[in-house]
Amino acid sequence: MARKGEAQVDLFEYQARDLFEKHGVPVLDGVVATTPDEARAAAEKLLNAGSSVVVVKAQVKVGGRGKAGGVKIAKSADEAAERAGEILGMDIKGHTVHRVMIAAGADIAEEYYFSILLDRSERQYLAMCSVEGGVEIEQLAVERPEALAKVAVDPQTGVDEAKAAEIAQAAGFGAEDAEKIAAVLRTLWTVFSAEDATLVEVNPLVKTGAGDIIALDGKVTLDENADFRHPEHADLADNSATDPLELKAAENGLNYVKLDGEVGIIGNGAGLVMSTLDVVAYAGEAHGGVKPANFLDIGGGANAQVMAAGLDVILGDEQVKAVFVNVFGGITACDEVANGIVGALDLLGDAATKPLVVRLDGNNVEKGRAILTERNHPLVTLAETMDGGADKAAELAHAAAPATA
Amino acid sequence: MSIYLNSDSKIIVQGITGGMGAKHTALMLDSGATIVGGVNARKAGTTVEHKDHDGNDVTLPVFGTVSEAMAETGANVSVLFVPPAFTKDACIEAIDAGIDLMVVITEGVPVQDTAEVWSYLEGKKTRMIGPNCPGIITPGESLAGITPHTITGSGPIGLVSKSGTLTYQMMYELKDHGFSTAIGIGGDPIVGTTHIDALEAFENDPATEVIVMIGEIGGDAEERAATYIKDNVTKPVVGYVAGFTAPEGKTMGHAGAIVSGSAGTAQAKKEALEAVGVKVGKTPSETAQLARDILAG
Repeated sequence: MARKGEAQVDLFEYQARDLFEKHGVPVLDGVVATTPDEARAAAEKLLNAGSSVVVVKAQVKVGGRGKAGGVKIAKSADEAAERAGEILGMDIKGHTVHRVMIAAGADIAEEYYFSILLDRSERQYLAMCSVEGGVEIEQLAVERPEALAKVAVDPQTGVDEAKAAEIAQAAGFGAEDAEKIAAVLRTLWTVFSAEDATLVEVNPLVKTGAGDIIALDGKVTLDENADFRHPEHADLADNSATDPLELKAAENGLNYVKLDGEVGIIGNGAGLVMSTLDVVAYAGEAHGGVKPANFLDIGGGANAQVMAAGLDVILGDEQVKAVFVNVFGGITACDEVANGIVGALDLLGDAATKPLVVRLDGNNVEKGRAILTERNHPLVTLAETMDGGADKAAELAHAAAPATA
Repeated sequence: MSIYLNSDSKIIVQGITGGMGAKHTALMLDSGATIVGGVNARKAGTTVEHKDHDGNDVTLPVFGTVSEAMAETGANVSVLFVPPAFTKDACIEAIDAGIDLMVVITEGVPVQDTAEVWSYLEGKKTRMIGPNCPGIITPGESLAGITPHTITGSGPIGLVSKSGTLTYQMMYELKDHGFSTAIGIGGDPIVGTTHIDALEAFENDPATEVIVMIGEIGGDAEERAATYIKDNVTKPVVGYVAGFTAPEGKTMGHAGAIVSGSAGTAQAKKEALEAVGVKVGKTPSETAQLARDILAG
């Protein structure tokens, strides 16, 4: 029952654009490119189709790319290739640009803002809309909250005709624009609902000189729990930025997050693992400041194979100097965990060189401890308590990595 | 005494014939809980065999619908071990049947489904716990969920937590005192019963002397609970928050456990709780000691 990866997937702008188009949201033409040559070809196509200019846009999942120089206008195909060459490989707030989108230029008359998202606190959806778009919306929300309309959306009825009209009116659109805007909001609701999104944001939503409403930039976050009804969403996951250890863990159905520390952590249940990280960090204060190296949840009811796979991932992290296995057997049986540890160590043989501190409690704890005691592996230390185990693991990690002191 | 669940509770299991359903039906029976049947539309009219707490054979009927099961058995609680794709419909069926308490164990339910169920629940009598939760245990009386019943017995502590294993850990740390009721509300972005609901119920439960509240990073449920405690809770509350070392922007297992910007950090939650007089432990063992100290007077 281990969870497969993270529960939310943020999409790139070009992926959001494609989803918008699929559900009838008005968008401009846009083509993704990973090389200057591809950018040239894409720009040629758009310019031949009637665009007077094209925009080369860095595809990164972080805001503020415009200010960072990640959005440039080009008047010819060669210029687009040149701009793409500059932008590809750029670092924007720690995100390397691997793709650009070549988009048709827009004749922008006015810029608006719209989003719909899951409102956790109110347990419903929230639509936000403003006639002042194209700006930092967080800033607008703080400085002039009255300029940002917030309208609750009932998950059962969604953005129907009446709700769309209500949002447009609350945002302050005049009667003529309101009707056009409301129609576009309906299509954006379709994206949110049909694709199982937790966020659909358009900034800016623009009115062109000809009076058309167009979604010029889009941000979409999808709920991975709903992937069973959207098999095509698997293609939207972005693995390029993912840590190789995180990828390996994901392949084994493990929930793993790499951190910057020396004590490898394996536990069962998200809450207990988070708590184990904290307890190890506190214990590390007395042992040269060693820190947890990762979050790894083997999930409820994990068997020996899952445990061994988890250990394999953690031991593959060069930074790890010692490992703390902290399991409270609820559904998980401690003897299965112990068998997984023994099995993994036997499989690794001489390749296993890092000390393991193991704390087991709960379901079948006596059997689990007996398996480890009997095997009596030189690298394994049994701990009686969570605090004691964390302290021992921190001590061993510090002893093996004095340089971190 | 207890909250939401007691020895009079009659439990049905939606998904009783599935792997998880069968396994935990056996464990719930072993705890002494009164399980009166199950639901599976495709296996209506059949039975499942189990053992009760004393090792006697128990034959449980499988019904086609929740309302039928309620009519035949007088059940007032349903525990759901239904796959994520069918959870929304199973919940709506239980709500329509008028069940008092619906405990949704299922992990991986699309959040839009939960949002729709929550909206549908408005004005209805059903209390929902979960989804993605360990359920609820009133030690010595009943168990609706997957919490191990062997950790500890009945006592004066009320426990509410998002997390399963952290609930078990805390029950284990305080096994010398025992619990009135321990409830795991689940780690999803939207859950039915909240920290605040449980705090209110524990405040009104004569058997509960101390309340232990376990939170974790993400959202603002702990901050809201702190505000509620300030105005409404007279019993001592001890808190614990997991996730001090969690980095921003990384989801830590639970779909809701993510620090975004300055919101949802463990430090902010700890400070909010301490500001209203809640003693907050740095670790589960320290938290247990705080509760123990209060009980010792």
